[in-house]
Amino acid sequence: MSATHFRWPGFDTVLNAFAMWFLAFMWALPLLYAIWTAFHPAAYETNFVWNAPLTLDNFAKAWAAAPFARYFLNTFMLVTMILICQFVLCTLAAFAFARFTFPGRGILFALVLLQLLVMPDILIVENYKTIRSLELVDTILAIGLPYFASGFGIFLLRQTFMSVPRELDDAARVEGTSFLGLLWKVYIPLAKPTYLAYGLVSVSHHWNNFLWPLIITNSVETRPVTVGLSVFAAIDAGLEWSVINAATLMTSGPLLIAFLLFQRQFVQSFMRAGIR
Amino acid sequence: MMHRREWVYGWLFLSPALLFLFTFTHYPAVKTVISSFYSTPKGRRPAKFIGSENYQTLIQDDVFWQVLVNNFWFAVGTIPISIGLALLMALWVNSKLKGRTLSRVAFFAPTVLPLIAVANIWMFFYTPGFGLIDQFRSGLFGLPAINLIGNPDTVLAAMIVVAIWKEAGFFMIFYLAALQSIPPVLKEAADVEGASSFYYLRRILLPLLMPTTLFVSINAVINSFRLVDHIFVMTEGGPDNASSLLLYYIYETAFKYWQTGYAATLTVVMLVLLSILAIGQFFLFDRKVHYQ
Amino acid sequence: MKPLVKMKNCIASIALTMGVATSAQAVDLEFYFPVAVGGKAADTIQALTDEYVAANPGVNIDAVYSGSYGDTVTKALTASRGGKPPQLSVILSVDMFTLIDEEVIMPFDDLVKTDEDKAWLQSFYPAFMENSQTGGKTYGIPFQRSTPVLYWNKEAFAEVGLDPEKPPASWEETIEMGKKLVKKDADGNTSRWGVRIPSSGFPYWLFQGLSTQNDVVLANSDGNETYFDDPKVAEALQYLVDLSTKHEVMAPGIIEWGATPKAFFEGQTAMMWTSTGNLTNVRENAPFDFGVGLLPGNKRFGAPTGGGNFYIFADSSDEQKVAAFDFVKWISQPAQSAKWTIATGYVAPRPDTWDTAEMKAYTDDFAPALVARDQLEFAVAELSTYENQRVTAAFNDALAAAITGTKSVGDALAEAQKKADAILKDYR
Repeated sequence: MSATHFRWPGFDTVLNAFAMWFLAFMWALPLLYAIWTAFHPAAYETNFVWNAPLTLDNFAKAWAAAPFARYFLNTFMLVTMILICQFVLCTLAAFAFARFTFPGRGILFALVLLQLLVMPDILIVENYKTIRSLELVDTILAIGLPYFASGFGIFLLRQTFMSVPRELDDAARVEGTSFLGLLWKVYIPLAKPTYLAYGLVSVSHHWNNFLWPLIITNSVETRPVTVGLSVFAAIDAGLEWSVINAATLMTSGPLLIAFLLFQRQFVQSFMRAGIR
Repeated sequence: MMHRREWVYGWLFLSPALLFLFTFTHYPAVKTVISSFYSTPKGRRPAKFIGSENYQTLIQDDVFWQVLVNNFWFAVGTIPISIGLALLMALWVNSKLKGRTLSRVAFFAPTVLPLIAVANIWMFFYTPGFGLIDQFRSGLFGLPAINLIGNPDTVLAAMIVVAIWKEAGFFMIFYLAALQSIPPVLKEAADVEGASSFYYLRRILLPLLMPTTLFVSINAVINSFRLVDHIFVMTEGGPDNASSLLLYYIYETAFKYWQTGYAATLTVVMLVLLSILAIGQFFLFDRKVHYQ
Repeated sequence: MKPLVKMKNCIASIALTMGVATSAQAVDLEFYFPVAVGGKAADTIQALTDEYVAANPGVNIDAVYSGSYGDTVTKALTASRGGKPPQLSVILSVDMFTLIDEEVIMPFDDLVKTDEDKAWLQSFYPAFMENSQTGGKTYGIPFQRSTPVLYWNKEAFAEVGLDPEKPPASWEETIEMGKKLVKKDADGNTSRWGVRIPSSGFPYWLFQGLSTQNDVVLANSDGNETYFDDPKVAEALQYLVDLSTKHEVMAPGIIEWGATPKAFFEGQTAMMWTSTGNLTNVRENAPFDFGVGLLPGNKRFGAPTGGGNFYIFADSSDEQKVAAFDFVKWISQPAQSAKWTIATGYVAPRPDTWDTAEMKAYTDDFAPALVARDQLEFAVAELSTYENQRVTAAFNDALAAAITGTKSVGDALAEAQKKADAILKDYR
């Protein structure tokens, strides 16, 4: 452990610890509240007593009230599809930017970086028209299409690829390896942490994405969990918080658990990926 | 000849990504500008060229101006605070303080929770009378109920809090990764020189974190335009548009009122704003950042 | 799968033009339905649809739960613009003008052939048909319809010495009783309000109760003229504002629609105005004895109707239209309609439904369900115009501005009228 241990100017450690705990508690509060309501009967939604009876009814109700299994499947297919396409497209593009010199490279890279700013999330009106003209409205493919090529992913992988020692590259070339082979055998293995970090960001982003899927999906067969949840919670006749929170936990549960299990690797992969 | 082959490969490797980028980013961005000069097609009436009419509507649309002002305050409220908190969280979590692992989990958890889902939880916090905040206020201080999201003076602040809560932990990760890669030698050297911790923070750490700050702040700026999911659940832009943001207004205009021509005009405003901010940020940070 | 459907439709229409009997050919219908109330709405629709399909082997109905009302109209329009409209959808009655304007729906009159069909069209409560007809044609068939009613907490009434069986019948009584029902805690903070009229999201709907009681309509039946700046509308809005500010019987600011039943259950308010769609929810969850009554009157009794109608989409094949029409006729029959009403609490849209044995048994057991029917006598069409979403948004903004005190009642309404005029000028 060689992390920089930072001492605070004029503050004492105890005070800092308390401040950190307080903030951490505030940050955890919504989740704690969701867990509380989800596992207790509706009567205890606003009534916090230690001996409130535990129940799984809310989960059963939520599960029965909406086709969450289908929504999960949709989301799973969606994030998998996006991740694979992003990896392939971004790897190829990043490799091109990092390894080759060709006319227009500078301006094309600038155009790629432009997407960091002008994200498809903002261009909902025109992208909707495009998807419609492709006759892809209400398909899982349509939710993913605008995100397949990611400026962020290309930028990140290019940074990583540029740090690959040229000697390794040359050695492989001398052996007669093709460019694709070079990419596969030398560049990609060295960029593993970047893939992990980027993959995690991508998965959590698209798992949680809402606006575009809301616009482009119409049916149970295509709706991801976020849209499914909003449809479920949009019932006008009074919220049943306990059931909605049970649904919230269900929909974000897999991601939350994955994060809890891998959180150390997550931060470390960011570090190794050189995102800083 | 070798050179020629590189060209071909370069273009070949690049083209699939570029195809998608152009189709879903550059083409629609340009098309948005064009559409903003056309009327909205209705039923069997196609769109027709109407010059600057949409822009005249824009200037006279007081909802637009209000939304713009809201978005300005939303940005001012979220960007500095979430970045500041993210840095603070990272410093804490990176220290030797007890409970730092649990704190890190707590700080980061909002990132993996869908905003659309947690909005329902925040809704309960803000509910007057029996919501968590009010239970706390009346239980501890005997204060009257407060209607945070039903009051135009407080609703935007309530939305800002949710956004900060959502994004600060994500930014923390970037700072954390940066902090962990700073060689401890630097700190040791500073200690040997007898530099104060404050001096170390201001003169050594912050400059070293500058690239991260640039990256994070670009993200924060984009988020200040993009984070609208909670508005759908919590306020639908109300009361009287007091919590409506630009992207939410674009959504309403395009997919609720079906004024796609006017929605394109609003999107143009968003694109212009983003460009100005990007250029501004670039110049602001340019001198301080040493990017490779 | 979708191309297959298209192909089937194509084959079906070829078969028809060639004069071949099409009865053996399955007709596929896509049917969007929203669910705006808790309870068993979605299950019931599915069950009814299945029952129909089982009895009519020539028809397949794909019932798609499409979210809230707002989601559903958006989805239906989006799908229509994308060239894949549903054949049938339940959409808010107020969206009729929008759907006509977008040229996506067709009048039922085109499908009415027999005298029996004609009689069927006449069989609904007139209050519900007001929102379903324009220009002499019927575009919507009432289905999941509701109306707001007053719910009151009988225990709270008894506690403050009011007759627990007698809710307020007028605006004045609401204030008087409300003042008695307000309860303060030791710190001087209000722990129970007298009444709760929610104002989030779509405040115009409950407000229309007040405006109707003040004997004024908000829009004409052609859907191209609004009367937001009428002095009587201002009077009604002033009353709503005064409930919080002057008489202090209602919580200040915008009041959440969704949290309202919960506030009622928690004893935060002694009375609430909300949809009959909440009957089942309140019945199951209120921890005290409660009553359901007509909204209090002023110059007259009054309430808007609300909820969804069936619409048939124009971009369907002839067989699909006929099949959709037949399904709508079937599901609106008293037997089906009674099942639906009992499961959801929606108001049965035909008088004869109330005479069925099932409904009689239900209302004997749960008399409050009859209140909604009794109120229909005083009910009016829900505010509906061309460009309905934009016009009501302008009106909602004005109501919110007045309620939160950012604008005076007069200014807010004048501004809303100006905006509505600007939007509707093209439709006059």
